Amino acid sequence: MKNYRRIPLTSLQQCRHYTAGESSSASKVVVAGLLTVSGGIGGTVLYAKWDHKFRAAVEKNVPYSDWLLGLALGPAAQDPGLPIKKRVELAQPPSMIEKQAKKEGAEGPVKDSSPAPSQPAQSLEEASAEATHIISAIGEVPSVPAPCDTEAAAVKECNECHEHKEATAVHPAPTEPMKERPVEEVAARLAQQEQEEQDISASVSASLEDSLASSAKATLQAIGAQEAALQAIMQHTDKLKEAMEAEVLPEEKSNQWKDLEAALADRTTALNDARAALSKANESLDSLRSVIDESKGLKISSVRPLVLAAEENLHNMVVDLDKMVMKVQSAESEAKIVSQYSELVNEAKRQFQREVSSLTPEIQANWKGLTGKLSTDDLNALIAHAHRRIDQLNRELAEQKVREKIHIDAALEQQKLEDQKALDNAVNTALQHVKEDARLDQERKLAELREVMEAEMRTQLRRQAAAHTDHVQDVLKVQEHELKAEAEQVLSSKMLEQETRYRQLTQEQLDNFTLDMNTAYARLKGVEEAIDSHVVAEDEARKAHQLWLSVEALSYSLKTAEADVPTVPLENAAQAVRDSCRDNDFALALASALPEKSLQRGVYSEASLRARFNSLRSLARRVALIDESRNSLYQYFLSYLQAALLFEKSQEAPPSQLSSEDLDPFKLLSYASYCLEHGDLELAAKLVNQLRGEARRVVEDWLIEARLTLETRQVVNLLSAYANAVGLGTTQAP
Amino acid sequence: MADEHARKWDRCLADTAVKTVTGLGVGIVFSLIVFKRRAWPLSFGSGLGLGMGYSNCQHDFRSPYLIHGRMVKVSAQCNFHCLSEVCDTRSHHAA
Repeated sequence: MKNYRRIPLTSLQQCRHYTAGESSSASKVVVAGLLTVSGGIGGTVLYAKWDHKFRAAVEKNVPYSDWLLGLALGPAAQDPGLPIKKRVELAQPPSMIEKQAKKEGAEGPVKDSSPAPSQPAQSLEEASAEATHIISAIGEVPSVPAPCDTEAAAVKECNECHEHKEATAVHPAPTEPMKERPVEEVAARLAQQEQEEQDISASVSASLEDSLASSAKATLQAIGAQEAALQAIMQHTDKLKEAMEAEVLPEEKSNQWKDLEAALADRTTALNDARAALSKANESLDSLRSVIDESKGLKISSVRPLVLAAEENLHNMVVDLDKMVMKVQSAESEAKIVSQYSELVNEAKRQFQREVSSLTPEIQANWKGLTGKLSTDDLNALIAHAHRRIDQLNRELAEQKVREKIHIDAALEQQKLEDQKALDNAVNTALQHVKEDARLDQERKLAELREVMEAEMRTQLRRQAAAHTDHVQDVLKVQEHELKAEAEQVLSSKMLEQETRYRQLTQEQLDNFTLDMNTAYARLKGVEEAIDSHVVAEDEARKAHQLWLSVEALSYSLKTAEADVPTVPLENAAQAVRDSCRDNDFALALASALPEKSLQRGVYSEASLRARFNSLRSLARRVALIDESRNSLYQYFLSYLQAALLFEKSQEAPPSQLSSEDLDPFKLLSYASYCLEHGDLELAAKLVNQLRGEARRVVEDWLIEARLTLETRQVVNLLSAYANAVGLGTTQAP
Repeated sequence: MADEHARKWDRCLADTAVKTVTGLGVGIVFSLIVFKRRAWPLSFGSGLGLGMGYSNCQHDFRSPYLIHGRMVKVSAQCNFHCLSEVCDTRSHHAA
């Protein structure tokens, strides 16, 4: 082993030694060659670098040189004439800052109008039914204040509006047009009004009665109190007079004075009572007056007499009260005079008493108790005093007499004044009373007059109503006639219309019915036709099916060909086909187009033909050179030689068009072989048909067989296609 | 048809062989009897036989391409018919 290894090494070495000498020349050659090649390449590269055109030429002509040159020199330089785009790029204009459109600040939010001013309450003022109940039109004027436009924004406006509205509420303007309301409504309204009136009057009367009763009571009370006061005053004055003038015993005097005081007290109490009662009465009278005024304000006619009566009562009461008050006042004034007189008397007495007491201090105060206790001095003094007093009094009297007139005048004046005052008061009161009386009278008269007038008006109105009813009746009659005529016309027209419509409808119905009938009939017909055609189609389908079956049988029988054995004679199958298409000319024609040979003998299969061809091919090759002109044995020899020496492709795809050089038998045979291998018997036959001469004679029967097969197959295919078509045509798609 | 070619060859070869042998035989005979046992009648006879066989073979192979015509007398009555007639009769030289 080692030896074996060494030997190659040594042999190599030897070889190397042996070739060493020779290697110098060889290496020289190699080196020279390499140098030349590299020099050439380097020179080419350098020159290409210098001369661009040369480089382009080299790159164009020598493959892969562009890669080499690119590697060595870098990519080819661009033409400097072209503008350099990248450097001189226009700077992109700075993007415009979008000015944000300043949204205008939304206008101050529209202040919603302050909560819509509450609609002023619609005050429906019922205009009282001044008109009589007979005339239907009653004006109810709804007063709707002018609606305020609340959409105006500002609050101010709204306020103004508010105020305006309030102002307008005062002057209600009718916004709805007055419209006459139906009778029932009117009647209802009237009834309602009457009811209301009744209610009101009832209430008013009740209130009046109440207030009358109360005021009457109060007045009576007052009058009673006044009477009592009067009595008390009179009593008091009487008592006072008595006390002044009567000369009675001291005990009785004291009794008298007590009585007087009692009477005074009585008088004061009576007076107070009277005053209180008077005030109460006045109050009640005032209330009565207010009630009366209220009820007067209602302005309802039925209340008026009550009001009137109440007023009269009031007046009477007032009159009585005033009378009593006057009486009391006169009594009071009398009492005042009397009291004044008594005051004077008392004053005089007191003075006298003082004088007496001054004269006679030991005399007791009560000069009535003086009798029996006085001394002569005292008596003298007293008499002197009395004389002096008498003198004084005489003088005073004289003075008084002198001043009497003045005093009287003054007193008269005073009296006159007082009388005047009293007179004035009396006159005033009397005037008032008279005024009241007159007014009441007037009112009474007015009421009476009103009643009379109302009665008259009622009669007139009744007359008018009668006239109206007559007129209305006449008008109604006329209207009735007119309306009847109109209604009849309308009716007749409507009837006509209805009739025409009815007729139209019936006609339409009839038409529709006939249409429907027609359509139904047509459809029925269609259905029948369809069924018939179906039947026919089924028949056809059945026939087609039979045909197809027979054709299938025929085509199946074609397949029964085994290798080198023809198929069964196709006569039976063809007969079956002919039977199944007795009335079909096309199929009959086709069926009769089957070649006789195939019917009698059968056809060969394609496989057998193919196999046969392969064996024929060699024979055909061998006699390829023999034809009419060349058919000696020498030619046979040459032909054999040619076949032996000439090689062609066993299979070659035939071109779509045969040229003259393709008509060479060898080529033809290879084409035909190719076709046969690819199952194209027809083309193979066609190609084989191009053979000429002996080769043709040799393949003649094969050709005939192939033709037969092709023909049969074509016919069968046609029949099958036809059967399929017919079958497809007759089958109905599901 | 292809078999015919092979049959032809069979026939041909057989025929040639027979003829050659027959010629040879005749040549032998003639050489023995007439021509004093010379060699030339053998080769002549075999050659004759071979040649005849070759010729026969060739004729056999040629036979499809041979056209046989016949003279037709033209009669005055049926000129067209007769002229257009071409009969292709094959004479079988059965061997």
